[in-house]
Amino acid sequence: MNDITAILLAALGGGILCVIAQLLLDLTSLTPARILVGYVVLGVFLYAVGIYDPLFEIFGEGVSLPLIGFGAVIGRGVREAIIESGAIGIVTGGLTASAAGITVALLFGLLASLITKGKPKRL
Amino acid sequence: MRVRRLSRPPRFVSWASVGGYEESRGPLGEKLDFVDKTDTFGQKTWELAEGEMGRCALNMALTKAGLSHDRLELLVAGDLQNQCVASSLGAGSFGIPFLGVYGACSTCTESLLILSVMLSEGCATLGAAATTSHNSAAERQFRTPVEYGAQRAPSAQWTATAGGAFILSSDYGIISCERKGSVELSEVAVGKIIDGATADGSNMGGAMAFAAADTILSYFEETGNDPAMFDHIVTGDLGRVGSDILRHILGEKLPKAVSRHTDCGLLLYDSEIQDVHSGASGCGTSASVLAAHFLPALERGDLSDILFLSTGALMSPSSVLQGRNISAVAPLIRLTHRDNEKTEREEPSNE
Amino acid sequence: MDIYSEKGKKRLIKRYTPKTKLFKTSILAFIFGGTICALGEALRILFVNLGLEDKLAVTLVSLSFVAIASVLTVIGLFDRIARHAGAGTLVPITGFSNSVTSEAMDSASEGYVLGVGSKIFTVAGPVLLYGTAAGVVYGIVYFIAKLIEGGAVR
Repeated sequence: MNDITAILLAALGGGILCVIAQLLLDLTSLTPARILVGYVVLGVFLYAVGIYDPLFEIFGEGVSLPLIGFGAVIGRGVREAIIESGAIGIVTGGLTASAAGITVALLFGLLASLITKGKPKRL
Repeated sequence: MRVRRLSRPPRFVSWASVGGYEESRGPLGEKLDFVDKTDTFGQKTWELAEGEMGRCALNMALTKAGLSHDRLELLVAGDLQNQCVASSLGAGSFGIPFLGVYGACSTCTESLLILSVMLSEGCATLGAAATTSHNSAAERQFRTPVEYGAQRAPSAQWTATAGGAFILSSDYGIISCERKGSVELSEVAVGKIIDGATADGSNMGGAMAFAAADTILSYFEETGNDPAMFDHIVTGDLGRVGSDILRHILGEKLPKAVSRHTDCGLLLYDSEIQDVHSGASGCGTSASVLAAHFLPALERGDLSDILFLSTGALMSPSSVLQGRNISAVAPLIRLTHRDNEKTEREEPSNE
Repeated sequence: MDIYSEKGKKRLIKRYTPKTKLFKTSILAFIFGGTICALGEALRILFVNLGLEDKLAVTLVSLSFVAIASVLTVIGLFDRIARHAGAGTLVPITGFSNSVTSEAMDSASEGYVLGVGSKIFTVAGPVLLYGTAAGVVYGIVYFIAKLIEGGAVR
């Protein structure tokens, strides 16, 4: 698979996941927070049943950047931790694997709160 | 009986309106007495900014009337924040006896109603009412952070960064000011809590329309007045959706009133250039539109008689999360233009 | 005098509430979400070509977008883009990052412990909680399945 195809497939996969979420937002009373939670849990599930990896092979960042990818990172972390250290992996794996994303997001948030309070919303 | 005719109808001595950046771009932008395009009003937090708006508005109303703040015997004020904190922050520096009121977006009419009844009954002779709302403070409290990226529904309304202050008196003899109020607050009606039949926080106009309809219909039923007597039946912030529903109901029950209806939420912004969706909301909407648009027209005599009701969507962040329907209330006041000279003959005590 | 029944009111509200332009919002979500993921894929290819291990490249792409979204939030651009993009910026990790940064910025006036410290998790918290919980459920199932398979787990 050449690079251009990979990029187009990523756009396709990510685009479709976003359209599904958009339709859920517009057609149901689901809030953005619920949709994010749903996508993360879905990511764990897709990894658990072995669908995520084949999808990642096709769409690459198209499934990894959406929060499904975050869920899959948690799922993979749990699995690998169990294989490596047994039952304790059930509780250590998820957060260990997702630590990088969480830490960077929180750190940037903290830094932002130190610099600015934000501008008022505009129409 | 819900409609009360005031025995000594107080009059508007002076008033002032304030607004933020979006309000200054709207059709009433030129008419607002004070505008801060940064929306901060020189304060560090949005909550304090809202308090400062109320303080500015009251200060300007006092200046216009040539009155010192210690002449005021009563201040009835409200805003959109938890525990009405903006009003108490803003009014604190004046040292005026204070009543904080909360009626969500109906606060403007609610505060004028309470003040006018107290003035009419002789509890005070000179008093003020003030109402504010601030978009950023309200977004923070009711919805999401200011910089949070979210899409607004087509039925969603835009909380106005606006406010108004009004000085009223029931006794013209004691006012040593140049201004001669010719707008009288003659009748009041307290609204009932009416279920809005929706829990959707982005459709408040729809939820409030039924409360407005209830108050308007019972007003005309009780008084037997003809809607044609009034130049306008003004609602506070029903917006596009709520106005359409109200006009539908009036069309069925009181067809003559339909053409009289107008809504402050549709007057504050220019929907051609401002992406407001269903219109303005927040208690500052009706306060600023009343002070910047309707009161000057009544004072000049361009309008002679209007019914003014603000509608309040009564909910809290918790009640929304708990899925409770939004209920609404719509208090009503009647504002009438009176000829000054005629009054002076009737009341010899006047100067 | 409640002039309409709950049903009648609901009917009126439904009749006069404008519908979201589904076609437009969906197309915009596709374009923005697709573009973000395409940029991510391009970045990943770049990282791999620079000699990074594949797994590390994927992590770095996510971190880059967390950082970009946070910076866009600070300079006040994110909410302006998201107004049009809708789910297009919400669903990629950019939405997660924006929620964290915007909550943190917004609550600084209430102090750094109970203001920033607690509000920063308003949207991030549920995501972490249910992501972690789902991971634990999967872990238990996986662990038991391994045991039944015959002690492949240490």
